[in-house]
Amino acid sequence: MSATTLSPVRPGGTRPAEPRPRFADLLAAEWIKLRSLRSTYWVLALASLAAIAINLNAVHTDLTYIDHPPAPIPGFPPYRYDPLHHGLNSISAALMAVAAGSLGAITVFGEYTTGMIRTTFAAVPDRRGVAAAKVVLIAGLTSLAGAVVSAASFFGSNAMLASRHVGLSLTDEGCLGAVLGYAAIVPVCALIGMALGALLRHATASIVSLVMLLLIVPMMFGGDRYRLLKEIGNHLPLSAEVRLTFNPNSSTTMGKYAPSVLDSWVTLGAWAAVALTVTVVLMRRRDV
Amino acid sequence: MVPVIEIERLTKRYGATTAVDQLTFTVQPGTVTGFLGPNGAGKSTTLRMILGLNTPTEGTVTVDGVPFANRPRGLRHVGALLDAQDVHGGRSARAHLSALARGNRIPLGRVDEVLAEVGLGKAAGRRIGGYSLGMKQRLGIAGALLGDPPVLLFDEPLNGLDPEGVLWVRGLFRRLAEEGRTVFVSSHMMAEMEHTADRLVVIGRGRLIADESLAEFSARNAVTSVAVRTPELAALAQVLRAEGASVRRAEPEVGVVTGLPAARIGELALRHGLVLHELTTRTSSLESAFMSLTADSVEYLAGEAR
Repeated sequence: MSATTLSPVRPGGTRPAEPRPRFADLLAAEWIKLRSLRSTYWVLALASLAAIAINLNAVHTDLTYIDHPPAPIPGFPPYRYDPLHHGLNSISAALMAVAAGSLGAITVFGEYTTGMIRTTFAAVPDRRGVAAAKVVLIAGLTSLAGAVVSAASFFGSNAMLASRHVGLSLTDEGCLGAVLGYAAIVPVCALIGMALGALLRHATASIVSLVMLLLIVPMMFGGDRYRLLKEIGNHLPLSAEVRLTFNPNSSTTMGKYAPSVLDSWVTLGAWAAVALTVTVVLMRRRDV
Repeated sequence: MVPVIEIERLTKRYGATTAVDQLTFTVQPGTVTGFLGPNGAGKSTTLRMILGLNTPTEGTVTVDGVPFANRPRGLRHVGALLDAQDVHGGRSARAHLSALARGNRIPLGRVDEVLAEVGLGKAAGRRIGGYSLGMKQRLGIAGALLGDPPVLLFDEPLNGLDPEGVLWVRGLFRRLAEEGRTVFVSSHMMAEMEHTADRLVVIGRGRLIADESLAEFSARNAVTSVAVRTPELAALAQVLRAEGASVRRAEPEVGVVTGLPAARIGELALRHGLVLHELTTRTSSLESAFMSLTADSVEYLAGEAR
């Protein structure tokens, strides 16, 4: 407020000038909000630990099969162990996707269901700033979690496999892309969760639709009888992650109509961009 | 004085329902302005539109000449307590206020200052979910004070407060107004405002009913009547009506007279040889004045046939 006659007469003198608004302040405020709700960040921390444990255990269990490979079946290529398929496995990916998506959804619907959103917007009328700060914070935290899980799983599992001489390094074909893709699915799902939270503004509805979208819908578009359905299935978030972690030297194939690596990266980018836009636009426009 | 909150032809419609209808009024600095209306009159919707939380269907509202939604940060301009429940129950009061303060670049030391001011210093570290309604009201008031703003809005701030809390809040509002701030407080109880507000804005069904000082409101709306107890009520009523008064029979021997002072009624009774057992002047409360004023615009009436 400028120094006009409207300034209240205070015992301490005139009103101090208002400091320039900074995005960093909104980010810090959102960080305080997240940090002060233990349940939210525990979701991400526990899921990350579990994901790493699942991946490492999967490979550890496989050591027996590597040491005692099954007898080759006539007419099929000999058994070859795929460290990417097992070490960056899809169970952990689904776990991280749902956990990050839930975290994203909670941070948005949590404000609406409690009414906190009115307090938030009355304090910061710049709604786009608030929404952007939430998006940046959640995307940042989940990217970090994704990177930790992906790196720990890749390096941990391949270190175990080194003694069996089947381990891979980051410089091997397809490995860097696989590690990045396995990490990237986590923030993408967090953004999708935020968009669902902003769209539905209801706890149960947000989480159920998140799980439907991430885990149930892919089952409906899994078959390759109709190309269109398969193409839709290929462009779902977790399908893109599966494609990106596919080992180019695997003895298995990806089936018909498999998307390219670039196609899958664009898919992830498009989901993130749409989710982000939906979140910011809905938070800005709607009455609260 | 230059008005701080300016509302012009403000209208909010939800489908076929009109919550706020062509509302025009201003709120001045240095006073406590009461915002009165029955439940569902549109008070909360109006307050939300002042804060830019709801977009008006028509009309404009500015605070200090600017639509509040255009401000990047709000706490140094307007402090508001809309609903004490508009908090996340999982956080502590200190964390809640710290997040608000941090986003507005208010030093975090201010958080403990306002918590102490509202009497929540000892409960600052506890989860808000475990607070009583009165404590939440205090927390909401702390949040409104955080930015030391020149304008303060409170929606039903006395709900859930104990008598000590009510006195404290009244004193606080008075002090804030004396410091030159604009204090705008809504309520559906006239009795609350009678001891708190200097000016009144009364609405019913989203429309403006009155906008005047408390003194003007009382002078205009408080009706004086005289109760007379007499075994000869019918005869007396005839005499009084001939003088232009109106008489309503309250009990078999008690009439309520409006339009004549008690002294005149006594003289007339004496002149006509009528016995009086009681002669009492009654001033109706502002509450009943408010109720009769808004009677036509009550949205939810108990026992109403629909």
